[in-house]
Amino acid sequence: MQFGCAPDRKLVAMPYLDHAATTPMLPEAVQAVTQALGELGNPSSLHGAGRRARRRVEESREQLAALLGARPSEVIFTAGGTEADNLAVKGIYWARRAADARRIRVIASSVEHHAVLDAVRWLATHEGAEVTWLPVDANGMVAPDALRAAVREDPDTIALISVMWANNEVGTLQPITELAAVAHEHGVPLHTDAVQAVGTMHVDFAASGADALTMTGHKLGGAFGCGALLMRRELACVPLLHGGGQERDVRSGTLDVPGVVGLATATALAVERRPATAARIAALRDELLTGVRAVVPDVVVNGHPSERLPGIAHLSFPGCEGDSLLMLLDARGIECSTGSACSAGVAQPSHVLLAMGASDAVARGSLRFSLGHPSTAGDVAAVVEAIGPAVDRARRAGLGSVAS
Amino acid sequence: MSGGVDSAVAAARAVDAGYDVTGVHLALSAAPETLRHGARGCCTLEDANDARRAADVLGIPFYIWDLAERFRADVIEDFVSEYAAGHTPNPCLRCNEKIKFSAVLDRALALGFDAVVTGHHARLVDGRLLRSVDEAKDQSYVLAVLTRRQLAHAIFPLGRSTKAAVRAEAGARGLAVADKPDSHDICFIPDGDTRGFLTRRLGERAGPIVDRATGSVVGEHGGSFGFTVGQRRGLDLRRAAAGGEPRYVLSIQPATNTVVVGPGEALDTDEVEGRRPVWTAGAAPRTEFDCSVQLRAHGMLTPATAAVDGDSVTVRLRQPQRGVAAGQALVMYRGDEVLGSATIRAARRAGVTDE
Repeated sequence: MQFGCAPDRKLVAMPYLDHAATTPMLPEAVQAVTQALGELGNPSSLHGAGRRARRRVEESREQLAALLGARPSEVIFTAGGTEADNLAVKGIYWARRAADARRIRVIASSVEHHAVLDAVRWLATHEGAEVTWLPVDANGMVAPDALRAAVREDPDTIALISVMWANNEVGTLQPITELAAVAHEHGVPLHTDAVQAVGTMHVDFAASGADALTMTGHKLGGAFGCGALLMRRELACVPLLHGGGQERDVRSGTLDVPGVVGLATATALAVERRPATAARIAALRDELLTGVRAVVPDVVVNGHPSERLPGIAHLSFPGCEGDSLLMLLDARGIECSTGSACSAGVAQPSHVLLAMGASDAVARGSLRFSLGHPSTAGDVAAVVEAIGPAVDRARRAGLGSVAS
Repeated sequence: MSGGVDSAVAAARAVDAGYDVTGVHLALSAAPETLRHGARGCCTLEDANDARRAADVLGIPFYIWDLAERFRADVIEDFVSEYAAGHTPNPCLRCNEKIKFSAVLDRALALGFDAVVTGHHARLVDGRLLRSVDEAKDQSYVLAVLTRRQLAHAIFPLGRSTKAAVRAEAGARGLAVADKPDSHDICFIPDGDTRGFLTRRLGERAGPIVDRATGSVVGEHGGSFGFTVGQRRGLDLRRAAAGGEPRYVLSIQPATNTVVVGPGEALDTDEVEGRRPVWTAGAAPRTEFDCSVQLRAHGMLTPATAAVDGDSVTVRLRQPQRGVAAGQALVMYRGDEVLGSATIRAARRAGVTDE
């Protein structure tokens, strides 16, 4: 395992299994960002320094577009996945409603990341949107027929559809190509949050049929705070940020040259190495499942058995509180997650598991182990060694937060 | 770690004492406010962040435990039903009994910890619970519900320090909460309006305020749950008493939704009965014994003789005390040491009983 700058010995030594939260920057990306940080120039300036900065941005844009099956003009750089999701959901809603006042329905899956979920809820609360939440099956998957039924109710009233490419908690992949085809039967645009998919799955924007796609850098080896929305040129979008008119007037703000350069560099490496990395971490994940099952036979594996991200193992441990397990493993230096992080640090039962039909207790008793490019067999062995005693302890501590 | 100065310094001292310390902040509200308003409360996200930053400075792991559901069931519901029954509960005491030294302690022990450290101002010496050296900040009263088993797994590092010394130490340690104002009142009623909170929970219920001496109706109220024995303010009486002297709540009769008022002297009691005694210092005493008792949080100690009869304890006060409210704890001390406590059920004087 290699890190760009002076490696943090502690980080190297700790079994880190939370790559779906964030994954270490690739050394090449660190180098590209660091070099760009020393370069002068606002890409919007008209002089030589400005042109040089603009050239770095446009080269990165072309590189990213080529890697993801998009045209350069379809790449809108943002400050990460949450901004890209908000821009797509709100911006497309506003633009479609402005073109036809009947379009106030939003269709989204019930397992979206909070960046989509809460943006949609906000539209319902503040902008008069009517929301149809698409159900998922026990594996967390949306059925194209469910979307078709929802669209057919009244296609003329739909502003947009948003369904994620891959779920960030349980790793289930959605049939995006089929869903996009259903949307297009009725001329409705589809946005997809592909934050977890880019770099771990083959993602081709044009081939998928999606009209807008969210990706971000820090999940695949780029820097924090830089992502992109890929959006078809003919799709109108009202900006969230007004100002200098950058990014085809959809996203104003001085372009983050180092972030953009790092994003393109990291995405290029992640996409190029993806087949080998995915196969390797899928094998490690299987090893983890086999090992955990051997010591905790009643563990429940959540998510789709085959249509899933290679590196996510989402497990429920009956009778345990997920945050007890997390704490016990953390004390052993093993870093994982109870689901998606919450600003309050309070573990809420996962809306994803609840949508999949899990009980509140099962939803609370879950851990997500997510593997990434630096993961090793040693990380997996550490989990397998620690999980048995941790589960025993957590079971003794019980479901303490539930009123007795 | 509430996010206040006391628990931050308590954690720091536990670290210094060589313990392997983990910081835990209790999320007690299902929908915490983002920011603290005024000095009240300890349950906002801002408070959680203050606790987290203290843990960072101390270099200890930090987690938030969600006990909102337990807190609701064991503390808030108890608070509401006690007021509805005409009593005056102490939710801090209930939180210590049911949350900090039950739910938290049990979970901590199961997870492999040995003790719960808190920033309470009280001393523990050889398993005996003693008052803090800072009389004004002493919290032994709200800890007197703890059993010996619970105390065996408790550590109170602040009992030998004054609050001023704790603040100075926090500053010297670089803890940003050194100057944070003390929290007041009831954490789940951040606006301090207890009657408003109870009215929202129990509904407005108009009833009479009756003068005990004359039996006449002298005012109206919106629910007898909104009153506490000994209360003078907020009665809003129509008719002044003869002679114009102030009147106080003497008793609350929830069955008839009646609040009885009268002169301050009528609040004097010299015999207080408590039930469900907890003998913090060990086994239940078999005979009468001399002690001093405290009858409300931040109340004075008063000399008394206590007699135990099964699930009940009766204390006879050497000097009458005013405003003894059912639902509060009567805590018995010998010198600085907590002997035990019981929940006040009745207070009497000269053959007059208020149940």
